[in-house]
Amino acid sequence: MIEARGLTKTFRDKKRGDIRAADGVSFRVAPGQIYGLLGANGAGKTTTLRLLATLLQPTSGGATVAGFDIVREAQQVRAHVGFLAASTALYGRLTARETLAYFGKLHGLTTADIVSRTQRLADELDMHEFLDRRCEKFSTGMKQKTSIARTLIHDPAVMIFDEPTLGLDIMAARTIVKFVRECRARGKTVIYSTHIMSEVEKLCDVIGIIHDGRLLAEGTLAALRSRYAEQDLEEIFVRAVGAPPVLAP
Amino acid sequence: MNWTHIFTVYGKELRDMLRDRRTLISMIVIPTIAMPGLFALVIAVSFKVEREVAATPPSIMILGGDDSSAMRDGLAKNPKLSIAPPTENWRQQIVDKKLRAAVEFPPGLETTLAGGGSASVNIYHYQGEVRSSRAVTEVQEFLKAQANKIVATRLAERGLTPAAIKPIEVKALNVAPPEKVGGNLIGGIIPYFFLILAFTGAMYPAMDLTAGEKERGTMETLLCSPVGRVDIVLGKFLMILTASLGTVACSLLSMTATLSIGGSILARSIGGGDPAAAARAASRIASMTTLDPVGLLAVVGMVLPMVVLFAASLFTISLFAKSFKEAQSYVSPLIVVILMPAMIGMLPGVELNWKLALVPILNVSLASKELVSGVWHWDLLGLIFASTCLYAVIALGLAVRMFSRESVIFRT
Repeated sequence: MIEARGLTKTFRDKKRGDIRAADGVSFRVAPGQIYGLLGANGAGKTTTLRLLATLLQPTSGGATVAGFDIVREAQQVRAHVGFLAASTALYGRLTARETLAYFGKLHGLTTADIVSRTQRLADELDMHEFLDRRCEKFSTGMKQKTSIARTLIHDPAVMIFDEPTLGLDIMAARTIVKFVRECRARGKTVIYSTHIMSEVEKLCDVIGIIHDGRLLAEGTLAALRSRYAEQDLEEIFVRAVGAPPVLAP
Repeated sequence: MNWTHIFTVYGKELRDMLRDRRTLISMIVIPTIAMPGLFALVIAVSFKVEREVAATPPSIMILGGDDSSAMRDGLAKNPKLSIAPPTENWRQQIVDKKLRAAVEFPPGLETTLAGGGSASVNIYHYQGEVRSSRAVTEVQEFLKAQANKIVATRLAERGLTPAAIKPIEVKALNVAPPEKVGGNLIGGIIPYFFLILAFTGAMYPAMDLTAGEKERGTMETLLCSPVGRVDIVLGKFLMILTASLGTVACSLLSMTATLSIGGSILARSIGGGDPAAAARAASRIASMTTLDPVGLLAVVGMVLPMVVLFAASLFTISLFAKSFKEAQSYVSPLIVVILMPAMIGMLPGVELNWKLALVPILNVSLASKELVSGVWHWDLLGLIFASTCLYAVIALGLAVRMFSRESVIFRT
C-alpha cells in the first residue's frame, strides 16, 4: 500500500528561486494494483518517486509506504521497497551473483536465503548463463534482468519504477513490462512513472497525470476517457495539463 | 550505526577496488616500483655527477701576475686545476661554462709580499655552479697554503712560532650516533614521502567511491537499500583509508628493501670497480639512511591520524563533484596544499613549537623530522597527535553531514 498526502518538495535554485518539483501530490495505490504516473520530462515524476523511496525528504506533506512513514521510518520503508529506475545502475566490476549477494546482505538476508533467492531469480529471469560474469560486460538485456533481480532479492511488498524503459530497445522494454505485470500478479503494490502513453495504456490500473509538480487528473483509463470524452490517451493528457485540476473522488 | 552494514559496504568496495587496474597501479605499482626507483635514480645520478666533477680538473685562467712568476707557476702546476690560455672574453667564457674561474693577480704581488705587505687576489666565478665552486675551492686552498708559508716565514724572521698567532685550536667532533645523523640528513624527507603517498593513495578511491559512483548511477542504487547514510560513509571511508595506508605500507616496505639491498648495489655501481670508492659510497649511503627504528615507528603513528584526515577530507570534497572529472579538478590542486607545509617542514632551521604544533601537516612533518633523529618532545607530540585526531574527527563528521545533504548527493 502507498498513500501520499500532499507531498511537496521545494528545491532552491540560485537563478530561478524556489522550485516546487512536487506540489501537494496525493494518491493511493492498493496491493495488486499498478498506478501509472504519467507526465512530461520535468513534470515531477522522479521527485515524487524519490520522495516515496525516501531518497529525498518532503518539504511538507507526507506518505506511508508499506505501512511505514517515509520521514520517521525511512529505513523500514527502504527495506520494503524495490526501486528500479533508468538512473539506478549496477556495479561494473561485480558479477550478477555478487551484486545480488551484496544487496541481499544490505537487506539483512542470511547467506542461505541469498543463495536460495538468487537461484530462484536466476531460474525465473533466465540468468544462469551470465550469473558469474561481471556486469560491465553485459548487454542491455542482461543488465535489466540483473537490475530486476536486484530489486526483488528481498521480496519487497512495494515496487517503484521510475521510467524503467528509458533508452531501452523494444525487447529489453518488453522484459520490464512483463516483469511489472508479474509484480501485480504477485499482489505487490506497484507505482510506475513514464511519459510513454502506450505503456500506461497496457499496464496501469489507475493513471495519475502530473504536470509542474501537481497531480492534475487521476482515474482508470476508462474513467479518464469518459471524463474528457476522448479515446486517445495523448489527447486526454494534453487536455488535462491544459485544463484546471480534475481529480477522481 | 550498524557495523554489519559498514563492513558489508567496506567488503564490497574492497573487492571492487582490487579488481580495478587503476587503483592497483596507484596503490601498489607506483609506491613499490616507481617511487623507490626514482629515489635510487636521483641518488645514483647525484653520485655520478659528483664523481665526474671530482675526476675532471676545472679549467681556470690566470689574469696578470707577469711579475709574479713563482705564484703563477705554482698555481699552474696544481694537478687539480687545468690552466687555460689567457683570452679577452674570459667573463663570457665563465658565463658560457667553458671556463670555470679566472684568478687575477695584482701587479707587483710577489714584491709586495716580499716587502711584508698584503695584496688582494680576485677570483671570478659562476656562483652556484658546481664545477665553478670546485675551481674556487682549489684556488683558495692553493692561496691559503701560500699565505700560510709566508706567515710562517715572517714569524720565523721575528723569532715566533705559528702558535703565536693561533693560541686556540678548535675541533668539532661528532658524538651523535649514526641513526641521529641519518635522521637529520633524511629525516625531513621521510614524513614528506609518507604524507604525499598517503594523500595520493587516498585520492583515486575517494573520487571513484563518491563522484564516480554518482556519475555511473550506482550511488542511487545503494541509497535505495535500507542502510543508514552514516554506515555507507564509514564503509566507503574505511576503504579510502585502506587504500591510503596500503600505499604507505607498500612504499615503506619497498623503500626499506631499496635502501638495504639496493644501497650496496648502488655503492658498487658508484665505485665503478674501485673497492675503496665503493666502500666510501657505501659508508655515505649508510650514514644518510641509518634511522632510529623506534622513531620511524613513531612517525607512522603520527602519520596515522593525518591519513584519516586526508581520507575524510578527500571523501567530502569529491562527494560534492558531479563527475569523476569534476572531482579531479577539485582534488588535484590540493596536492600543493599538502606539499607546501610538508616542504616547509623539510627546511633546515624550522623548529617545532607550540604554535606550529597546531598547524596540520606541518606539525606532523616537523615532529617526524625530530622523531627519526631520536628527539622526543612528549608534550608537543601529544598535542600534535590530539589536534590531528580532532581535525580528523571533524573532517569525518563533515563527510557524514555532506552525505546526508540531498543537494550534494543529487547535485545535477
